[in-house]
Amino acid sequence: MPRCLLRLPFAALLAATIALGGVSPSAAQKAYDPGASDTTIKIGNLMPYSGPASAYAIVGRIEQAYFRMVNDQGGINGRRIEFISYDDAYSPAKAVEQTRRLVERDEVLLVFSAMGTPSNAAIQKYLDAKKVPQLFAATGATRFGDPANFPWTMGWQPPYQTEGRVYAKYIMATKPDAKIAVLYQNDDLGKDLLKGLRDGLGAKAAMIVAEDSYEIGEPTIDSHVLRLKASGADVFISITTPKFAAQAIRTAARIEWRPLYVQTLVSASIGAVISVAGFDNAQGLVSAAYNKDAADPQWRDDPGMQRFHAFLDAYAPDVNRTDNSAVYGYGAAQCLVEVLRRAGDNLTRANIMKQAAALQGYAPDTLLPGITVDTSASDFHPIERLRMMRFSGDRWELFGEVIGGELDK
Amino acid sequence: MELFTNQVLAGIATGAIYACMALAVVMIYQAIDQLNFAQGEMAMFSTFLAWQMIQWGVPFWGAFALTLVISFAGGVMIERLLFKPLANAPILTHVAGFIALFAILNSVAGLTWDFTIKQFPSPFGSAPFLGSQLISTHQAGMIAVTLVLLLALYFFFQFTRIGLAMRAAAAQPESARLVGINTSWMVALGWGMASAIGAIAGMMIAPVVFLEPNMMGGVLIYGFAAAVLGGLSSPFGAVIGGFLVGIFENLAGTYIPGVGNELKLPIALALIITVLVVKPNGLFGRSVVKRV
Repeated sequence: MPRCLLRLPFAALLAATIALGGVSPSAAQKAYDPGASDTTIKIGNLMPYSGPASAYAIVGRIEQAYFRMVNDQGGINGRRIEFISYDDAYSPAKAVEQTRRLVERDEVLLVFSAMGTPSNAAIQKYLDAKKVPQLFAATGATRFGDPANFPWTMGWQPPYQTEGRVYAKYIMATKPDAKIAVLYQNDDLGKDLLKGLRDGLGAKAAMIVAEDSYEIGEPTIDSHVLRLKASGADVFISITTPKFAAQAIRTAARIEWRPLYVQTLVSASIGAVISVAGFDNAQGLVSAAYNKDAADPQWRDDPGMQRFHAFLDAYAPDVNRTDNSAVYGYGAAQCLVEVLRRAGDNLTRANIMKQAAALQGYAPDTLLPGITVDTSASDFHPIERLRMMRFSGDRWELFGEVIGGELDK
Repeated sequence: MELFTNQVLAGIATGAIYACMALAVVMIYQAIDQLNFAQGEMAMFSTFLAWQMIQWGVPFWGAFALTLVISFAGGVMIERLLFKPLANAPILTHVAGFIALFAILNSVAGLTWDFTIKQFPSPFGSAPFLGSQLISTHQAGMIAVTLVLLLALYFFFQFTRIGLAMRAAAAQPESARLVGINTSWMVALGWGMASAIGAIAGMMIAPVVFLEPNMMGGVLIYGFAAAVLGGLSSPFGAVIGGFLVGIFENLAGTYIPGVGNELKLPIALALIITVLVVKPNGLFGRSVVKRV
């Protein structure tokens, strides 16, 4: 039994994690790498607290708050978490510099939930060479789940390719004669998701009749949307970041183009995108989800979301809880705590990776029912299932079954 | 053919954005003989001020007028505090100053209002204009505002004492001083006006591209391209340049293979370089002859 946990007065909060069980090695087997000791576990993190992507930094604030709660409740197997989170301003150069600082000066045990594809790509080789875990990188780029080449790197959220495959399955099942037009951002997000879509369509990839990409420096993307409409497509997949997503939704409505409109997950946030584009313009949009929506009344009695809201009330009362980043940060932090708990007293970097790659059927409070974290020595993509949702009124409504989009191992 | 017409119409709509911005660029160029890299961020910041006032319940036109006043004062203040002390410094120092201003305004706006996109209301609504889905009443309104602004500037510079004084101060500072024009304050006035025009541009552009601290990044590059194309010394040229860039960009993206996807942004930069090489004064700019 995890003896330290028994003393905790807040057992309810960790009930889920305890229930899933784990191994607590005896004191005799204590093993530490830099960053771990009898009293503390040092965790490093990079967040864009400043700069253009600073909206995502809520993830870091939530994670910080979550670890504070864990510490208040006695820590992990009696050890306090020391969460060292630096600003990288979403700049790869700064990310490298700050990561060196984390590893060489602060001597963290691992780097957790660094934000964004560019930063994670920049630090991946360095951390791999130093054999420091780059755990639950906050990006959906597929390259962060490649255990053969990067055994120290693991993502968390569904990879973009998985999302593409899920849309492919959904379209083939509901609109087998579809003509698909794709607008994508010309970067890892766009290319990965498009690849997943093509792979998912397989022999029917010719269903994609038009593709157009845009650069994030373009002021408006009206011209692209017009061109895609002219292709005669009846399905439109918008692989876009928030500003362009909102522009595309509004433009499509204005030119009265009403295809089956698929908005990818990164920009499905009601607060940050849909409400800005206008609810009227967004009726009937479909997207996919893996997290519960904090604003969705159907989770009012859900024990997991009740814990989430109780946590926010106590530790981050000023955070906008409808922001998807809050749910994201909570889920990722909870997942890390689970890994550390399972690692017990063997807090070596190798054991952390081993535990992270042995999660089966683990369900953080915030994941949708039927979606779990599953990893193995050859599968470094923790979440690979999604459920479709449709925008109706002023919120997303889930529909259909959970769809698996597992990538080939 | 329909696609062609649509792309031209959409190009005019986008061109109105560039024209608005180009006008502000030309305005400051007239006053200080330099391109202000922070022009876009100043406009963005003004737009946030207007947005904040509207959030507090100020009606649109009230917020609009107040923003113009504040922006004008802000522009004058920036000149007095930041650039007057640098008046005799080399041009590189000024460029450094512009970049610093750019970074400061961008970060402060991000810190204050965060980086999520915000809806900015349009006084003209967003219904289709004259039955065209491609140009909304807002975009038609924006074109009208740009033209009115252009006309106002023309009269100001041609027929008012202060306008003439400003032109004199920019063109012949030495002679202007001798006839009793306070050239230093004329520069400050130029900053104030450029800032106010930028505010108008920002408030017209924001309903189209959504308000966020980086909203002017791409716009400013196209605004520069438009100003260079039309001629940096000609407000009229800047406006025409804006529409031309908007249309050209869309047509090139649609009909030249390959450009549509990867090369849309470089079009603006290629345009700047081409014009500077082939016709440095732009389509409508006058050539400046300097006495040796």
